[in-house]
Amino acid sequence: MKKFINGAENLETETARGMALAKPNILRQLPGCNVMVRQNKKTDRVALVFGCGSGHEPAPNGYVGYGMLDAGIPGKLFSSPTPDMILKAIKEVNNEAGVLCMIVNYTGDVLNFRMAIEMAQMEGIAVESVIIADDVATQKTKSVGRRGLAGVMLVMKVAGAEAEMGSDLYRVKEVAEWAASGLRTIGVACRPCIIPTDGEPSFELGETEMEIGMGLHGEPGVLRCNMMSAKETVAQMLELILLDCNYENSEVVVLINGLGGTPPMELYVVNECVHDYLSAQGIKIYDTMIGNFMTSLEMGGFSISLMRLDPHLKALYDATAVTSIIRR
Amino acid sequence: MTGKNFLLAALEAISHNIIEHEEELNHLDNAIGDGDHGTNMARFSRIILTDLPELSESNDDLGKILHHVGMRCITEIGGSAGPLFGKFYLQAGQSNTNNTTMESANWVLAFEEGTLGVAQIGRSTEGEKTMLDALFPASRAMQEALEEGLSLSAIFQAGSEAAKTGVEFTKTISASKGRAAYIGQRSIGHQDPGATTVLLMLQALHKTAIEMNVE
Repeated sequence: MKKFINGAENLETETARGMALAKPNILRQLPGCNVMVRQNKKTDRVALVFGCGSGHEPAPNGYVGYGMLDAGIPGKLFSSPTPDMILKAIKEVNNEAGVLCMIVNYTGDVLNFRMAIEMAQMEGIAVESVIIADDVATQKTKSVGRRGLAGVMLVMKVAGAEAEMGSDLYRVKEVAEWAASGLRTIGVACRPCIIPTDGEPSFELGETEMEIGMGLHGEPGVLRCNMMSAKETVAQMLELILLDCNYENSEVVVLINGLGGTPPMELYVVNECVHDYLSAQGIKIYDTMIGNFMTSLEMGGFSISLMRLDPHLKALYDATAVTSIIRR
Repeated sequence: MTGKNFLLAALEAISHNIIEHEEELNHLDNAIGDGDHGTNMARFSRIILTDLPELSESNDDLGKILHHVGMRCITEIGGSAGPLFGKFYLQAGQSNTNNTTMESANWVLAFEEGTLGVAQIGRSTEGEKTMLDALFPASRAMQEALEEGLSLSAIFQAGSEAAKTGVEFTKTISASKGRAAYIGQRSIGHQDPGATTVLLMLQALHKTAIEMNVE
């Protein structure tokens, strides 16, 4: 294993501090933990909170700032933040307008957030939650529902903007749910990441193989096959998305998310294929975000998300945001 | 009737039993989950062992001791098991608030309340291949043993046997909750690691009750 780290022991803490030190005007790290809040706390606006495992940087803390998150809560490597940390974040950002938690749909994340929310509600704090389940590689019908993927970042953007406008908790939640209802994501992987604690790959994939629909932690997808060209891969991925959700005559925002081990050059190649494919389908692309927004260490691969826009969501998408990663 | 000595001895026995089975729990979890259930439960158990001396000095309220264990679950286990086992101990503790002793009925109530807490936080019930497939049958068997007027060790024995049957049952069904749900039918044939941990807890309680000869 070749990694520029100082051992696996304090990896999460060093990562959080490194991010906080880079943007002292935006981020404030709570003492003794990796929870990050905005430098300028809202006093009468709904506060947005999101957490996920470490290893997905720049999520969650890269999205803390004006127009997006009020608090980010990184857990240990690839595991949900614990209820005590979530509660700490909720209490720190709570104000008279209440708190909205965004949760990616993994059993651990849902349970840890649910417990923290119960504890916060027992303390009289108004907390609501939205569960993001955008991965079309997993089935809606299963009792656990679909997994959550990088599309959550787009929901944070619009919900954060709605909160900034001064809307109440239920309205912000409604907007987040509305945006999520038109959001679909599919991932693909061709190389595992190397887990720093044991130096082992997170999953096995043959030298010439790739997997469509693989989850952020190497969970099984829908199709394992030989490596295909970007064009063929994108076609297979978008077919799965369009089978699941009808975007005909819609205007969408596209998110091309690198998983950490795919160079920007390839992401741009992918984007060309995505645009050609969607244009041929009569789907109008309003804007495209390309980069590493929610990674899995150095995993090779990417995901494509589409989020349907209406005039209101479009305005929210375009609204000002000032975080380490998103500046509009 | 049991007091603080018994509760602390039981927590010690539970911790040792989980640590001894760390590899087995990892192995079970590897087949249907992410393979770290044993590691996480053992890490938490080692922390409980280091907490025991302080707990024995400071607290006579058995509800508070159970609450402390629940909070440790929440902060130290992580994943899904943290909030689930945490809720079990928190609810068990809440049902014994201000108690400096626990009668057999208190133990049975602690298990019942703990089980309902897990079902509530997990939005789950029996038959979904989870720890509830051990907890619910164990809780019912303990209630029946209590009504028959059996001793506390016989109550734990009944609970332990019912949990064992429940663990065997998890091999025959597919998962509809938890990470194993993603592999659905492929989870049949594998025993649930969470239910196995519940069995380890009850076996340790039974053993402690025999050793300390409690009524």
